[in-house]
Formats: sequence, structure tokens, C-alpha cells
Amino acid sequence: MTDDRKPMIECRGVHKHYGDYHALRGIDLTIRAGEFFSLLGPSGCGKTTLLRTIAGFEDISDGAILIDERRMEEVPANKRPTNMVFQSYAIFPHLTVAQNVAFGLRRDPRGKAEKAALVDDALAMVGLRGFGNRAAHALSGGQRQRVALARALILKPKVLLLDEPLSALDRKMREQMQVELIKLQRQVGITFVLVTHDQEEALVMSDRIAVMFEGEIAQLDGPEALYARPASRRVADFIGVMNFLPARILGETDGTVTAEVPGLGPVELPARQVSRANPDDDGPTIGFRPETMTLVGPTQTHSQPRETNATIDEVVYYGDMTYYDLRLDGAAAMDGKARPVRISMRNVFGRDVQEVGTRTRLAWSPGSLVLFR
Amino acid sequence: MAKGLDAQARQGYALIAPPFLYALLILAAPLLTILAYSFMTDGYLEVVRDFTLTNYVQVWTDPIVRTVMLRSLMVSALVTLVTVLLAFPVAYYVSFLVRPERKSLWLFLITIPFWTSYLIRVFLWKVILGYNGVINSTLTGLGIIDEPLTFILYNVNSIVITLAHAYAPFAILPIFVALEKIDRALLEAGRDLGESRAMTFWRVTLPLAMPGVLAAVLIVFIPTIGDYVTPELIGGGKIPMIANLIQVQMLALDNRPLGAALAVTAMAIVALVSIVFLLINRRFLKVRS
Repeated sequence: MTDDRKPMIECRGVHKHYGDYHALRGIDLTIRAGEFFSLLGPSGCGKTTLLRTIAGFEDISDGAILIDERRMEEVPANKRPTNMVFQSYAIFPHLTVAQNVAFGLRRDPRGKAEKAALVDDALAMVGLRGFGNRAAHALSGGQRQRVALARALILKPKVLLLDEPLSALDRKMREQMQVELIKLQRQVGITFVLVTHDQEEALVMSDRIAVMFEGEIAQLDGPEALYARPASRRVADFIGVMNFLPARILGETDGTVTAEVPGLGPVELPARQVSRANPDDDGPTIGFRPETMTLVGPTQTHSQPRETNATIDEVVYYGDMTYYDLRLDGAAAMDGKARPVRISMRNVFGRDVQEVGTRTRLAWSPGSLVLFR
Repeated sequence: MAKGLDAQARQGYALIAPPFLYALLILAAPLLTILAYSFMTDGYLEVVRDFTLTNYVQVWTDPIVRTVMLRSLMVSALVTLVTVLLAFPVAYYVSFLVRPERKSLWLFLITIPFWTSYLIRVFLWKVILGYNGVINSTLTGLGIIDEPLTFILYNVNSIVITLAHAYAPFAILPIFVALEKIDRALLEAGRDLGESRAMTFWRVTLPLAMPGVLAAVLIVFIPTIGDYVTPELIGGGKIPMIANLIQVQMLALDNRPLGAALAVTAMAIVALVSIVFLLINRRFLKVRS
């Protein structure tokens, strides 16, 4: 995550048109060597198109893509130093597992025995030792994925491109593969570029994430910064759950904004907690994550600087967590609209799940708020 | 569970019983009759029910039969080769290069030759290839040749041309279906793993299209070997194929036992060739899940 690593992929003003459709609108992006980078966004945001232009399956309409400081316009897909793990895995059904993994080694000058050893190593690396002679169509989804990984990594590409590689797996398998992919990436040290629509997956796996909407990068940040300080309300909405309350700006001095929030009262927010609103939002909005505020019992003490009274409207029990929908006292003061906020509490030992209708106190800190204006 | 399956099986059998009986009557009964005939003795204007192997001995020793049989095999092999080689690019074009919404239009166009009878199409080829036909009169009219070409009618070439045209759709469609089933990501994967377009075609597209190619081979080979009309009309009756020989024995010479023995022999040879192709095809089919 250090900035001194050399750039591996550079996109400079990349545009892509499909007829009238403007799929990529000026992508500027630098992905550093050895980085686990994610392109995150809803379907149709251009993330897969961007990946495919890097792989060379799509031409770009304008701009430049450099891989390892070399311009890629004239380089066809089969000559690029990238390999891809396809969403459907694209395992060749007419070949065995070993033949699939060895597919890209045809022009490798090494001998047969040496190549066979390479294939064995690659299969062992993805946990498929001894699967070489299996027919590819007899594999499960997770195994196919591993074959696709081995097939790409055996060629030692400079960049491994992963197009929604985990979306076809069930939840348990997906979580397991996420961890394995991170380990694998650290082990081989290759730059990974992952395309995903799953924000959780991006947060878990990536060093840095580019959030894309409508062919543009909305925010490029590390997972924590992205989650804690979304650059726009749209990013905040896309990543995780965020509560939104209307705010009234009272004043601004040296970038620090003072705002009045119904239910929470006046707050002072330094510049780093102030982000852009969506153009179509109605006025400034305060946002906060469900886990940044804490329910406190009548006799409990807390160390948060602020506290607000509220009524519990709804309780959703998840086992490890409980979600509470709260009505903040005074939240409807501004325009009469009731705005329930969602708070999550971890069900640690000794903490009882509260009941609907209970009056409670909510402890919080202005440091956890983000203002979108 | 077993009881339920039994009921289901009974229902299934009941459903297929009528067509099965029909097929038995229409298909199996004539076949068995032919098989029975082939072991009987030819009498004057009748078939004598004396068991004999003479017909087969005659069929298998007659040099004319051997020549015609080999010619039939050669012609249909040639027709199959030409048809499949020409059909593949067409199928490839429709599957890979035609826009999806246009594909059904293309398939529709490919079936246009079927709108008219096979006999008429064969006659048309005669008109095109004949001594004073379209090709010859055009070429002489343009002064390219002085005398009409004679190698394009009443010989094996013309039979191959005619049959290859007639069976082209039968070859295009199975190959098209096989190509359509190929996941396009596989071709990108081939490119991604460092292969050129040509090598990707060779290592990915072609092996995956093989079931369709082999199906096309069978679909063209089996009917052409028994084709009767084209050698009769285009070949001018001078280069008979096995079906013409059977016709002569069965009708002109009224030797039905010998004709039956010829038919059974031809059928056995076709069956043998088909089994070989089916065995090859199994190799390609088993990889599909």
C-alpha cells in the first residue's frame, strides 16, 4: 500500500464508446505493482469494460493504457502481459485439468517433463494436487475457479485480471476463496485487478478500491477510507449501510462547517468529514454508519462526547448482531418527517437485546459523522 | 419410490406404443422382408421360398457390383468431404459474424433450396452444367472457351457438385448448432493464454465443433451413398451407383432376391462406416457435461 511502488497499469483519459453509448468516460487510474486493486460498482457502471480494455478484448475509443510503462494500443490480447480469470471460468471442456493448466505453455521452450512439473506446482498452489487427469467438466464450481487461477498464474503474468470470479460460488465457498485469493496474491506478488459488484468482497480483499458509476470513477481509496469517509453520498449509499439525516448549515470557518441536525443537535465538522452530495439530493445531509453509535442503558455510563434520547421502533435479531430502528427525539422537528435511523449492536455476552418501544439513550461522537453538501 | 417409477415407466411405454407400432409396421417390416428376400431364390416372375446364399455369393464376387459399390463409397465420401468443407465456413460465418438478431434470417435463407423438390434441383443442375447449359453457353459466348466443357456433365464431378449442393443445409445446420454452443469466453481465454486467433480456432473452436462436424458427415454420407436420382439424371445413367444397381435388379430384371442382397450389403457397409464415425464422435461428445 506504499506509494513508492512503481505503476503497473496506467489509464490516461480512457474513453470507450459503443455506438451512442458512452461506457467509459475518461478513466484516469494508476494501479501499482503488487497491488490488490478492485473495480467496484453496480452492473453497467463500466468496470468490466475497463477490465476488458486492459486485457485487450476491447479497443479504447480515446486515451491510453500502459502496462508496465508500455503503451498497449497496438498490442493484441494474446501478447499482453496480463491473464484473466473469467466470470464463467472458461475452462476448456474438451481438455483435462492438466491440459487446461498447460494450455498457455505451448510455445514455452521448456521440455515436457519440466512443463508437467510446472503444472503440478500450479495445481498444488491452488489446492488441486492430483487433479490433473480429471476431465474439466467433472469439476465443481470452486474447483473450476482454482483451475482458472492455476491456468493464468502458471504463465507468471505481470497482472492477473479477475472478472467477478466469486459471484458464481455459494456464500461459504466465496468467503473461503476470498481469503485464499488474498494469500495467493501475497504469495505470488502479482498485481491483481478484481472486478466486483460486491462491496463486502472489495473491502475484504483489496489494497485499494475504485468505485465506479456510469463510466466514471467516483472514488479511489483504501477500504477503510472508502468506508469511513465516502467522497459522495452515492458512494456512501453503495458501500454498506448509512443513515442519512437532513442538516442545516449554520456557518463555515476555515473549512470547518457548523450544522444543525434535527435529533442530534448542532455539530462542528472539520473539512475531512465534509463530502459532496448527489446533485439531485434535497439539501445538505448528515450520514453515519449503524455501528458508530451505541445504545446505552439508563444506568450505564459511556465515554462518548454526545448523547441523544430515542425510542426503539423495530428490532431485527441476526444472531451475532442486532439491528435497531430508532426514532430520535426531535428528528422530525425540521419538516415533520419521521426519519428512523438504524443502529447495529454486537450481541456481546451480558448485553441484552432491547425490546420494541423501549426508551433509550444513544451515545455518539461528531467524529463519526459525514456531511454531504 | 420404485412403485412410482413403475407407474411412470408404464405411462411412458403407453405413450410411445402407438408410434412404436407404427414404426415397426412401416420400417421394420419392409426391412425384414428385404432381409428375407435376400436369402430366397429367384423364380420366373415370383420369389421361390428356398433358402439360399447364392445371392450374397453373387453380390460379393461380381466385379461390377464391386466397382459400383466402391464408386458409391468414393462418390459419397467425396460429396461428404466437399459438403462439410464448404458448410463449415458458412456455419462459422452465421454463428460468429452474423449479428444475433439476423441469425434466424440466415438460417431461413439457407433452407431456401428445400422449397423446391429435390428432383427439380437436380434437373436445374443439369441445365446449368449441360453441353449447351448455362456455364458452357456463357463461357463460349464470352469467347473464353471454343468448345463446350464436357467434364462437367455425365461424370462423377457433376454428381459431386449436385449432391454437395443438395446436402449443404444438412451439413451447415449441425455444425452451426455445435458452434453456437461454444461459450465465447473460451475463445477469449484462448487468446488470453497467448494464442493467436488461428491457433485459438485450431485448439478450441475446432475440437468443440467436432461433434457437429461428425454429425454433418453422417447426415451427408448416409443418404448420398444410396442416392438414386442424381446418378440417373446427372450421371446420364452411364455411371450407376449402388441404388441404380438395386433398381435394375428389383424392377428391370425382376430379380428381387439379388436386389435385396445388394440392398442388405449396402446397408451393412453404411452401418459399418456409421459405427466408426459414432465411435469417433463419442470421444468428442464425452467431454461435454
